[in-house]
Amino acid sequence: MGILEVKDVGKRFGGLQALGNVNLDVAENTVHAIIGPNGAGKSTLLNCLVGKLIPDTGSVMFDGQSVLGRTPYQINQMGISRVFQTPEIFGDLNVLENMMIPIFAKRDGAFRLHAIENMMDEKDIVEAAEKMLVDMNMADKRYMHAAAMSRGDKRRLEIGMCLAQEPRLLLLDEPTAGMARADTNNTIDLLKQIKDERDITIAIIEHDMHVVFSLAERITVLAQGTPLVEDTPDNIKGHPKVREAYLGEAA
Amino acid sequence: MFGLNKKDTSLLLIVAALVALAPIILNPFPEGSGMAQFNAGYPDLMQRFVIFGIFAIGFNILFGLTGYLSFGHAAFLGAGSYAGMWMMKLLSINVIPAIVFSVIIAGLISLAIGWISLRRSGIYFSILTLAFAQMAFALAASVLTPITGGETGLQTNLNDPRILPGFLGGGSSVDGNIPKPSLFGIEMTSSFEVPVAGWLWTFNWGYYICGIVMLIAFYIAIRIFRSPFGLMLKAVKSNQQRLNYTGLNTRPYMLACFVISGMYAGLAGGLMAAMDPQVGAERMQWTASGEVVLMTILGGVGTLIGPVLGAGLIKYFENIFSKINDNLLHQWFAFLPDGLEDLMVTIIHPFIGKGWHLTLGLMFMAIVIFLPGGLVEGGQRLRKMFGRKSEERAPKTTPAE
Amino acid sequence: MDAIILQILNGLDKGSAYALIALGLTLIFGTLGVVNFAHGALFMLGAFCTVTLSRILTLSHEVVDPTRKDFLGNPLKVDVPYIYDIFGETTGAAIIDWAVPLSILFAIPVMIGIGVLMERGLIKHFYKRPHADQILVTFGLAIVLQEIIKYYFGANQIPAPAPQAFVGSLDFGAIFGMEPGAIIYPYWRIVYFCFAMVLIGAVFAFLQFTTFGMVVRAGMADRETVGLLGINIDRRFTIMFGIAAAVAGLAGVMYTPINSPNYHMGMDFLVISFVVVVVGGMGSLPGAVLAGFVLGVLESFASMRQVIELLPGVNQVVIYLAAIVILLTRPRGLLGRRGVMED
Repeated sequence: MGILEVKDVGKRFGGLQALGNVNLDVAENTVHAIIGPNGAGKSTLLNCLVGKLIPDTGSVMFDGQSVLGRTPYQINQMGISRVFQTPEIFGDLNVLENMMIPIFAKRDGAFRLHAIENMMDEKDIVEAAEKMLVDMNMADKRYMHAAAMSRGDKRRLEIGMCLAQEPRLLLLDEPTAGMARADTNNTIDLLKQIKDERDITIAIIEHDMHVVFSLAERITVLAQGTPLVEDTPDNIKGHPKVREAYLGEAA
Repeated sequence: MFGLNKKDTSLLLIVAALVALAPIILNPFPEGSGMAQFNAGYPDLMQRFVIFGIFAIGFNILFGLTGYLSFGHAAFLGAGSYAGMWMMKLLSINVIPAIVFSVIIAGLISLAIGWISLRRSGIYFSILTLAFAQMAFALAASVLTPITGGETGLQTNLNDPRILPGFLGGGSSVDGNIPKPSLFGIEMTSSFEVPVAGWLWTFNWGYYICGIVMLIAFYIAIRIFRSPFGLMLKAVKSNQQRLNYTGLNTRPYMLACFVISGMYAGLAGGLMAAMDPQVGAERMQWTASGEVVLMTILGGVGTLIGPVLGAGLIKYFENIFSKINDNLLHQWFAFLPDGLEDLMVTIIHPFIGKGWHLTLGLMFMAIVIFLPGGLVEGGQRLRKMFGRKSEERAPKTTPAE
Repeated sequence: MDAIILQILNGLDKGSAYALIALGLTLIFGTLGVVNFAHGALFMLGAFCTVTLSRILTLSHEVVDPTRKDFLGNPLKVDVPYIYDIFGETTGAAIIDWAVPLSILFAIPVMIGIGVLMERGLIKHFYKRPHADQILVTFGLAIVLQEIIKYYFGANQIPAPAPQAFVGSLDFGAIFGMEPGAIIYPYWRIVYFCFAMVLIGAVFAFLQFTTFGMVVRAGMADRETVGLLGINIDRRFTIMFGIAAAVAGLAGVMYTPINSPNYHMGMDFLVISFVVVVVGGMGSLPGAVLAGFVLGVLESFASMRQVIELLPGVNQVVIYLAAIVILLTRPRGLLGRRGVMED
């Protein structure tokens, strides 16, 4: 039994069946990739996992608890962190402050009125943030304006912010979309390192096969809102159904 | 000092020094000289400087930190004034219960309004707050007349009960007159004047009490800006989506911020009532909300000192510009040939006296267009222009404001 | 029954004004994405077009009337409008009498000019700025326009009567066989309502049936794509701004006999018009019109004596209450579109 279980999830937008009977089982401490052509329902599925959308049918269980009907912040508090397709960071703040926010959220929960304490006096938070910045290899940028960084650095910061919460499941939505080759490879290395060093489950939605096959241990192929196959990368590579879905031709 | 870093401490100390010395600094022109009417160091105006400073500091906590533009803060200002007046009518002429009660009432009202308005963001939030403030204004002027005095407003009267014992400011009258707002016997209007050479300095109790309250309010604002709570509010402005997906619930953060901001407005309203014990519904009108927005923008949104500067500047110009008249202009341009003199006076005439609002509107547009960061940004630009070297030497170790 | 009809009728003229202002606001918001706090000022400027025109028409020179004497026994001097010299006394007097409707012709070019000037000179620099900045700069502009008018025309209300032919009231009830005097409705309000309907109809027809309107509607739906087609959408939007300004101005022109113009009438209407736009649904033209009339009628019902006795003060706040309820239950307003100005 996996840490994330998706059962019979369906979602309809007007006349469009975006998802129909999706079943997915992500085992703990693995990297699970979800691939599929454009419009296959990958993003819809992800939005159902993090509380942005509520599926019409089915159930989503995380560590034995249902995530349905919870808001994004509650789901995050359960231990699911999400990385967006375009890096979502706090552009107006500096890098260190960016890193401190998720650590505050981890320590204090969804809300705490600490209006009079000085944030820089919270030694444990600052230390944890500094340490994470060192881990992410961006300690030298700590006072930089986050919006002024390169896209690769923004991505690195965003992943760092997610990891700083010590989530049990990290969801990545096309983490290398729109990136130059060098940045893509850096991101792959970073994710590999995370996988090796931490007890963490990673679910990744990706377009780029290079990324998928360098990282994933299990792959689910989604097409037209339903899972086509689920297997190891080696088996997926030669699978006729996958070729058909991607290339639109009979194998 | 006071749990602040060096930079903030010096800022606080500078502001404290300015507040303390304002009666001297704001009277640069000798009494009786032609320029004496540009002196701002008289109690009434100085009280307004600091009171509107408080109002703007509070507004900036909401708008500057979170980016939520409220067009309804006048409602809290007015509510604070009414609450303060009632304390001075019922309980005691002492200003302390009035001020405390005005903060509490404004806090409760902003809790109710914020709870509803914060369900929406962006322009919808602005419109909702505007709608609530207009409702409050309309009700205060009509149905709530028993509480607000309607169109005529509220004043202290001889037959007010003031039930507290005399030494706490109770009692209906003092020597047959309406008692003046006081702090344990010190009347807000009392001041002592110090003539020095040609100058006349007026040190007024009411002003210094407002000044101390403003310094406390300013200090709390600095602490909020530097706190984890303040960090979360800045994060709301920067990227609300990321904040939600980082496990933080933005609603209570926003509501707490809105209520704090409303309490600042109530405090300002209470002080207004304490300095000048009368209040009318027009204090709740949306133009008053617009005014505090202007002050904050003019000074610099999201900066600590900006709103105080903006409030002072607008109140000063309001006073001075509306005092200039054609005679004075003729004096100023007397050195020009007659035709040119008249021309200059004709050109400037629409902007002074009753035309002050025109100047205000133009100033406001110019700031939004050319200097969205307000005076503080202007100052920074100037400093960069003239002191690039010192800028380079200073290590960028302080977190961005 | 008659009371209800009367209230509906009473609500229609105010509702017409709300609808016209809200229509322009929505056009500007939908096409340019700008929140225009100066739109109320445009309404006010329209009203002052009427004032200006009637002042121009009544420009006079002094003539000595030899047939009459003043109290000192000298020949009486009378003011004769220049227009009498041009068209003769009867026609001249008729022209002055009809100053308000004539102002429509005067206001259209003036208001379009002001609108285009505003868009080119100011608004276009704010397309990419945050909504808060747009609100603030147009708010500043509204103050400036208002103060200029105050400077030239003073702070008092300036009456601008309707033509003699429309003074008086129609006994509405009598037409439908009710008691005479049961429902009395001033003629000019009927004119205003019809005028508003024609104007609204014209705007919709223009958007629906002309190529220009089609492009603008496409632009409202998806600005970037239309831009890619090589259509100069910016220029069309400028014209659209001019039209929106003209609509607001005409609403102001015709409103003068109902409510004598003063310099702050724009602000008074603006606040409510924003509420109307939000209730109707940001970016929805039919929504703006519908909400304008609904809120106008609602306000008039709330001013009924029986209602006020039941809920004192409700007439003052009913519009805001309605807005709050609608915003909380239908975040997109009555007819709002998905994805427009959502959080």
